[in-house]
Amino acid sequence: MENRLRLLRAERNWSQQDLGQRLEVSRQSVNAIETGKYDPSLPLAFRIAELFDLPIEEIFVSPSTRSSKAI
Amino acid sequence: MPRSVAWTRYNWRVVGLSLLYATFLISAVYGFKHQLVPNALKYPIAILPALPIIGIFGAMGRYLVEEQDEYVRMLMVRQMLWASGFALSCATIWGFLDNFGLVGHADGYWVVIAWFFGLGIGGLVNKFSLGAAGC
Repeated sequence: MENRLRLLRAERNWSQQDLGQRLEVSRQSVNAIETGKYDPSLPLAFRIAELFDLPIEEIFVSPSTRSSKAI
Repeated sequence: MPRSVAWTRYNWRVVGLSLLYATFLISAVYGFKHQLVPNALKYPIAILPALPIIGIFGAMGRYLVEEQDEYVRMLMVRQMLWASGFALSCATIWGFLDNFGLVGHADGYWVVIAWFFGLGIGGLVNKFSLGAAGC
């Protein structure tokens, strides 16, 4: 799933390791989410949203929204 | 990456069970070789080395329950699926080759060895299909 995680992390000058520690997941998990190779569960998506103090939809791009924009 | 507490626990369980396996196997082989095992105990003693291996499967299941990182857990599940597919495929192919008399009969525990080998294949598939996120 497309997302703004890398951008939000870069704005705070955090490494993937830093973000992983804050979310209590591994660096490879952060990498997989950022690159769209893995869609986080709802609880993890909420943890990410709460960490950045943003609504989930401002971090993750809904696949349906994305396809309708493409049309 | 620093390994999780669940991974450390899993490793200690596997080390303990492996030592137990070696002890049981050596004892059983020695007992049968020197005809020290009474008839009534032959079946239980023959099964004894299998128990720690079954324990290792249990330890893997426990790891999946205890691992808090959902992505890492998913990687392990993918590895196990590859291992199962590989071991079952090997057993099926060997079974037919055996049926048609083209290969010798293989002991059943080779399926377990193939399964553990399949775990390695699953790890490689994770690494090559997911890149930096897969190792």
